[in-house]
Amino acid sequence: MSYSETKAADAHGEQAIDRKSVYVYEAPVRIWHWVNALAIVTLALTGYFIGSPLPSQPGEASANFLMGYIRFTHFAAGQVMAIFLILRVYWAFVGNKHARQIFYVPVWSGRFWSEWLHEVKWYTFLARQPKKYVGHNPLAQFTMFFMVTLPMFFMVITGFALYSEGTGRDSWEFKLFGWVFSIFPNSQDVHTLHHLGMWVILTFVMVHIYVAVREDIMSRQSIISSMISGERLFKDEEDD
Amino acid sequence: MAATETFYDVIRRQGITRRSFTKFCSLTAASLGFGPAGAKAMEQALETKERVPVIWMHGLECTCCSESFIRSAHPLVKDVVLSMISLDYDDTIMAAAGKQAEAILEETKQKYKGKYILAVEGNPPLNEDGMFCIDGGKPFVEKLKWMAEDAMAIIAWGACASWGCVQAAKPNPTQATPIDKVIKDKPIIKVPGCPPIAEVMTGVVTFITTFGRLPELDRQGRPQMFYSQRIHDKCYRRPHFDAGQFVEEWDDEGARKGYCLYKMGCKGPTTYNACSTVRWNGGVSFPIQSGHGCIGCSEDGFWDKGSFYDRLTTINQFGIEANADQIGRTAAGVVGAGIVAHAAITAVKRVTTKREKTDA
Ligand code: HEM
Ligand code: HEM
Ligand code: SF4
Ligand code: SF4
Repeated sequence: MSYSETKAADAHGEQAIDRKSVYVYEAPVRIWHWVNALAIVTLALTGYFIGSPLPSQPGEASANFLMGYIRFTHFAAGQVMAIFLILRVYWAFVGNKHARQIFYVPVWSGRFWSEWLHEVKWYTFLARQPKKYVGHNPLAQFTMFFMVTLPMFFMVITGFALYSEGTGRDSWEFKLFGWVFSIFPNSQDVHTLHHLGMWVILTFVMVHIYVAVREDIMSRQSIISSMISGERLFKDEEDD
Repeated sequence: MAATETFYDVIRRQGITRRSFTKFCSLTAASLGFGPAGAKAMEQALETKERVPVIWMHGLECTCCSESFIRSAHPLVKDVVLSMISLDYDDTIMAAAGKQAEAILEETKQKYKGKYILAVEGNPPLNEDGMFCIDGGKPFVEKLKWMAEDAMAIIAWGACASWGCVQAAKPNPTQATPIDKVIKDKPIIKVPGCPPIAEVMTGVVTFITTFGRLPELDRQGRPQMFYSQRIHDKCYRRPHFDAGQFVEEWDDEGARKGYCLYKMGCKGPTTYNACSTVRWNGGVSFPIQSGHGCIGCSEDGFWDKGSFYDRLTTINQFGIEANADQIGRTAAGVVGAGIVAHAAITAVKRVTTKREKTDA
């Protein structure tokens, strides 16, 4: 069954009553999601140009500050991302149970893995119908943990370690993140890993947006609007 | 007599005047960032404290550290420091040789147990029980361990002793190994560079022999006073970096105007050394001033990170040579193609299942 076949496609009052709706994504999660998305797009764009700068600017050095502005934007967006990540972690503790999903994978749960497998089958066209989920489905949870949550922490840690090289040995950045250079004595390696991290996140974002749009059309629940309104709407009344 | 001999005694015996000695103290104090009070403290220490012998050994290396050291800019510094150390043991520049030379080691080990400095240039190869570097009929690694036993501290000169350098480049057939991976129970100070700057070397030796302890070290075991900032932090081309003005090709307009060498692979942004402040050859110039990027010669693994002229590091882990962007673009391309294919199959499936349903 698909979206177009459900009676409530036009969402007129009466028919919508048939559909169950659950409040999943609380406001802080939604705000975080969109701020974070914006920060990451900014970081990837400016980061790319830090790695491979734009063509040289004509004129005197004193009249130009292009690389400076690009780096400033990167660092500013980096700080925003870091602060929002801290707030998001805080919300994982005080928010509803869906707020915790992206921070762990329940590897110990047999049920998780069997549903994970079902979800893989759904995406490889082997299952006819996906299951219903209030929060993220197991495959989404799995992918988000490994391809955004961990990489985001990685980018913040390596990012601030690189930042500490500019702010100096006495800075709080170095005191907090200088240990990165005990693992990688040459910061050239940290640059390379930070750069690779960008591509991990960008690949995730490609898949993420595709899947969000696809699921919005194909699955049995609302998707994109859920990240805007917070409400999860189920399109049919069947069990699971 | 020898037991109470001070540096001052030795220096005077070498024919250096009191006036020169005082001058040396203020010069060195300044280079270590101490100021006038420091000069006095140095003077006093050198006059009263027992002389600290320095033993200088050579493993697998090219001797560029010695070459740099003996070219210390200020002739006075050179004379004083050389007279301080060459007295004991340095098999490259000392007069003694053979049995006579080896006897010095034996003697120092006994007489100055726990008090002498072991300065190591080069590193020991460990493969084949150390047979790739034989010194005095024995593998160097054995000699090193033997002398390290009773040393107060060890100075690891240059990229070889600190990190391994080119002889440790992949696949490292002789298994050349930096000092801190071989000697674990002694304080070690790393003075990396290929070679390190002469003034940095003399500064480090003077500090240790004067105060009888190591200067403050950073996380990597390098002296903070010379290695706490990057070349990039004090580079005079930095305004061009911030402005976004780069040399794009050798000999282009930007090169003539002295633009930043970032795009030509300059490793200044990741290299901790004093080149952009102390400079080379008595402060005459340094690589970037001469129009060539920094190659990161004082950094761990600088020899194994791809071309000196590429901004992005070459990564070999994937069996092919590529940089982060090439790998990332390929991954994104594959995933992108996957998404398109998946979307296409989805569309087809949707149409066919719909038909099935309406048929039913
Ligand atoms: C998703 C997040 C991020 C992405 C995609 C990203 C991307 C990049 C890229 C591609 C580079 C160039 C690396 C190179 O080739 O040298 C870079 C450099 C850098 N990033 Fe990030 N970054 C992110 C987060 C952060 C954060 C949170 C910080 C912390 C403030 C940060 C600080 C830095 C610094 C200091 C540099 C080095 C700049 C320089 O060498 O001039 N980044 N980033
Ligand atoms: C840089 C870009 C983005 C990143 C890093 C990102 C990351 C994330 C993360 C981590 C979550 C999990 C939220 C949580 O549980 O706390 C999420 C959920 C979601 N994102 Fe994004 N996102 C990005 C862009 C987008 C865009 C452009 C869209 C719109 C098409 C989108 C749509 C969604 C939706 C609909 C969900 C909820 C999925 C569900 O209901 O299971 N995201 N995203
Ligand atoms: S030339 Fe090298 S060290 Fe100097 S500003 Fe440019 S990148 Fe930095
Ligand atoms: S500029 Fe860089 S490569 Fe050149 S000597 Fe200094 S640290 Fe070594």
